[in-house]
Amino acid sequence: MSIEIKDIIKPENLVYQKSSLLTDRVMHYCPGCSHGVVNRLIAEVIEELGIQNETIGVTPVGCSVLLYNYIDVDWHEAAHGRAPAVGTGIKRLRPDRYVFTYQGDGDLAAIGTAETIHACNRGENIVMIFINNGIYGMTGGQMAPTTLQGMNTSTSPFGRDLARDGNPLKMTEIVAQLPGTCYVTRQAVHTAAAVRKTKKALFKAFENQKLNKGTSFVEVVSTCSSGWKLTPVQSNKWMEENMFPYYPLGDLKDK
Amino acid sequence: MKGNEAIAEAAIRCGVDGYFGYPITPQSEIMETLMLLRPWETTGMVVLQAESEIASINMVYGGAGCGKKVMTTSSSPGVSLMQEGLTYLAGAELPCVVVNVVRGGPGLGTIQPAQSDYFQSTKGGGHGDYNLIVLAPSSVQEMADFVELAFDLAFKYRNPAMILTDGMIGQMMEKVEMKPFKPRWTNEEIEQLSPWSTTGKSAARERNIITSVELDPLAFETFNKKLQAKYRKMEQEEVRFETFECDDAEYLLVAYGSSARICQKSVQLLRAKGIKAGLLRPITLFPFPTKQIAELAGQVKGILSVELSAGQMVEDVRLAVNGKVKVEHYGRMGGMVHSPEEVVEALEKKIIGG
Ligand SMILES: Cc1ncc(C[n+]2csc(CCOP(=O)(O)OP(=O)(O)O)c2C)c(N)n1
Ligand code: SF4
Repeated sequence: MSIEIKDIIKPENLVYQKSSLLTDRVMHYCPGCSHGVVNRLIAEVIEELGIQNETIGVTPVGCSVLLYNYIDVDWHEAAHGRAPAVGTGIKRLRPDRYVFTYQGDGDLAAIGTAETIHACNRGENIVMIFINNGIYGMTGGQMAPTTLQGMNTSTSPFGRDLARDGNPLKMTEIVAQLPGTCYVTRQAVHTAAAVRKTKKALFKAFENQKLNKGTSFVEVVSTCSSGWKLTPVQSNKWMEENMFPYYPLGDLKDK
Repeated sequence: MKGNEAIAEAAIRCGVDGYFGYPITPQSEIMETLMLLRPWETTGMVVLQAESEIASINMVYGGAGCGKKVMTTSSSPGVSLMQEGLTYLAGAELPCVVVNVVRGGPGLGTIQPAQSDYFQSTKGGGHGDYNLIVLAPSSVQEMADFVELAFDLAFKYRNPAMILTDGMIGQMMEKVEMKPFKPRWTNEEIEQLSPWSTTGKSAARERNIITSVELDPLAFETFNKKLQAKYRKMEQEEVRFETFECDDAEYLLVAYGSSARICQKSVQLLRAKGIKAGLLRPITLFPFPTKQIAELAGQVKGILSVELSAGQMVEDVRLAVNGKVKVEHYGRMGGMVHSPEEVVEALEKKIIGG
């Protein structure tokens, strides 16, 4: 007896399915980009926690500006860097809602540094998700505050020069110092195991919000294959070899 | 009470949900009064000191998107920092109230009163084609009353509204009749009143997205046309102004806010001298009383626009008058305030004698 495809595609054989919170919109991210994976994980976590109708997200200016097209919750699109202030306004007026922000490194660690630090310092009871790909993806690969020493970008074509440009900023280490943050972690999504860990971190972050514990801050060290001018596979390798030593993965704070 | 205190008291009474601000003279009493009154214990109103005016206007953006009545107050340098937030609020069609207790500029300038932010307030202020609804109180009573009026208009048009005043009105003490307390809207009422707001997506509706991004230029032109239609409707329906001694006037002063108070005295002085002067006081600076000024231009021999600036509103007066009669500007600058006598002299020199 031969097995046909219709014999396999049955509910009882299902091991994985798209989150019902993910819309059918085709994502605009480049192949090999971490944004899409993290977007999916957020949808899954919100779905599994059963908080779709109680969640309000804040998108940044950056490659994930249109994130609101992909996850079926209410959204605010914030000005560049201002998501933590927008999230503060939402959460203060709707403390009964789960509020999260999602920002790139330019958004969170350059133009929005003040908003980030002060939201964390006040211990705003929100989840902040930080996509650190070491580059400005959306505007075409310029230097970010997180760009590594010697790394080539379109505005550091001969490599980041520490004397001129300063050191890559470890924002996650900074916010871990602040009493307002309850959970600060750095994850990645380059392997199946890493994806599972990031999902666990996001779960914990949203659960902290339910418990009113303060700011949960989840950095995801990410790839930008287009900005880095590498294939998706090369990007993962480059990230492991270059980004992880400077931005080591793991929990920085969990209280 | 002081004008600034009246704003704080009126905000609590008209059911404001949230205030976000950053200290700056001459308006810090607004947040100070709120902190002393502790409305979070009575009405549940949130009051929060932000790390900057950039943060406060973005907190307003967050709260406004949730359909809440939220406001911020500042003075000129702080309002300059809010321009980014204001264009996003206008682009996302969010209602909110911003109070600008203007001080003399440019730069850090002075803490003394001025009206030199007229252009910034009435012509948009940030990037893009948009307008704020702009109300100009000239008494402490109006400081109190305009908080609720500004919210009513902001919600009616889903547009930010500004109360444009200065340190003179902000610091001045006058008797005020306060309106009775109104309850804040419940979350259920907000879902009814503002179905566009982010209250948490229910199964009954699509997700709500507060945004000003539109990458398709044709769609964005259509959106811009919709915004413009909204502003034209305001011009049809929301113009507010007051006239003083205009019935038989041969000369007209146009002035708003603190300058209008001074000009009222100037009109009396002029009339005592036998010069038939009148005053038109725009209460809404956007929409501007263009039609009313044009009508008066058919009656009077000349018009003096009197502002605490180098001459900003005078451009709108000239557009309204369209060359029918002579229009000149008079005003002190940089925190200096003209006297009623100086205005009389200016009218005599620039309009009657000129
Ligand atoms: C006020 C302002 N300045 C500059 C820009 C242009 N801009 C858009 S996205 C961006 C940086 C995005 O980089 P990042 O935050 O790292 O996100 P990514 O695109 O890499 O995900 C910049 C500078 C803008 N939109 N607004
Ligand atoms: S440019 Fe970079 S960050 Fe943006 S979508 Fe492409 S890979 Fe992702």
